Amino acid sequence: MKVSLPSLKALARGDAKADRVVPPTGFTARLTLFVAAAMAFLAVFALALSLAAGRLATRWGDELARSSTVRISAPDGQRAAQTEAALRLLGQTPGVASARALSVEEEQALLEPWFGPDLPLGDLPVPQLIEVIETGDGYDGNGLRLRLQAEVPGAILDDHTRWRRPLVTAAARLKLFGWLAAGLIAAAVAAMVTLAANAALAANAQVIAVLRLVGATDAYIARAFVRRFTLRALVGAAVGTVLGVVAVALMPSGGEAGDFLTGLSFRGWHWLVPLLVPPLAGAVAFAATAGAARRVLGDLS
Amino acid sequence: MIELDNVAYSYGGGELLTAMSLQLAPGSFHFLTGPSGAGKTTLMKLCYGALIATSGQVRLFDRDVRQMDRDQIAMCRRRIGVVHQDCQFLDHLPLSENVALPLAVSGQEAGQGENLRELLSWVGLTERADALPPELSGGERQRAALARAVIMSPEVVLADEPTGNVDWEMSQRLLRLLVELNRMGKTILIATHDLALIRAAKAQVQARVLRISNRQLQAAGVDL
Repeated sequence: MKVSLPSLKALARGDAKADRVVPPTGFTARLTLFVAAAMAFLAVFALALSLAAGRLATRWGDELARSSTVRISAPDGQRAAQTEAALRLLGQTPGVASARALSVEEEQALLEPWFGPDLPLGDLPVPQLIEVIETGDGYDGNGLRLRLQAEVPGAILDDHTRWRRPLVTAAARLKLFGWLAAGLIAAAVAAMVTLAANAALAANAQVIAVLRLVGATDAYIARAFVRRFTLRALVGAAVGTVLGVVAVALMPSGGEAGDFLTGLSFRGWHWLVPLLVPPLAGAVAFAATAGAARRVLGDLS
Repeated sequence: MIELDNVAYSYGGGELLTAMSLQLAPGSFHFLTGPSGAGKTTLMKLCYGALIATSGQVRLFDRDVRQMDRDQIAMCRRRIGVVHQDCQFLDHLPLSENVALPLAVSGQEAGQGENLRELLSWVGLTERADALPPELSGGERQRAALARAVIMSPEVVLADEPTGNVDWEMSQRLLRLLVELNRMGKTILIATHDLALIRAAKAQVQARVLRISNRQLQAAGVDL
């Protein structure tokens, strides 16, 4: 059965008579519906995972690639002077867009998650941090490190690349896994529908023999099965998708500082992506059933 | 209509039928006889494209079966009515829908309600129109199969042991229906091992008798 426009139209219009020639099968129909729904539910999560990981990779890549930190550990008396010197030096370095010393309050905010809000920062030898924002071209890390060493002995350049790169790679890999999972789910739906269709075709061997005897074409016989399985996959996947989207929407949001787990959700137009799941499941079921029917019918007289 | 030209059919290494030539002319009435297992059913199947001859040529309506694709064979079957000994139906549909099935699968069902009613009354199944096939007796099934075979007004009716499962009276009734069809111009081929049936038919119609023996087709003489 070729996937042509007329055959799709016939499928959509339906032929009550052609549907009736295949006996109804309650139990396997419900199983097909259930598996399609379960697979669609999983597919929505795979898509959410993939899209969230993609967002994360982009954000980490963008934000972290442009910033690094200079840490100044000096005795109390020299700290202000060394900070001043480091800022001046950074101001002259090509590739540095801006450099700014963090205030005490900002450093306190950074440490608060670890030490609590009442930390007396003044009593601790906490190093002064300078946030460096790069230009698009970036700076020469080794050159800057050497100059800092020469002019500001207490300064250490921490350019984030070391720990950033594996994280970005991991996020990108996670995104790939998400798409791979979505692909595997589609393949599993195809396999499930093929098995179910083969079972239905085998169980209805007598029906098919009678139909062939009275002059039914293969396309007519196949249509009765294809329509049935396509609709089941479509309806099942629609239910599963709705449940999956609701579940994703109900995930607690981490707000501004949303990290990976709480960020597992759709953003903006990404909410439309799960809408593709039911039609795709229907298309996969259509192709799988048509293929199974063609194989089975081709072997009959 | 149906022509076999030097046809052989092999099955599992051995030749079941060999050098068979047969012409079913329009309006003719043939009996096909021979011992069980001689290949009567195989010959019938060759005649409606369910089997493909291993050698020789089978022509349905002047076209070589080997040159036809599956859809063309399906189209041919709309012009050939087939009745099997163990006739099968769609067991979940009532008798009337089963009889009308050839119309449904060829998209010609519209406006055929009167035709269907007449046909059911002709085979005496009007009362049973809403029964499911498993509820029917052997004779009712045979008559239903005959009605289904002729609803498309085919040019040829092939009946394989149509009286195999029914009593003598019912077989007479089926025979009368087939003879009536022949008088309406249909070509009839009946496979049977029931010689009494053939004798009964000869009284009503000009029938030729073919016999399969020794894997070959012979015209049986007047010895019947």
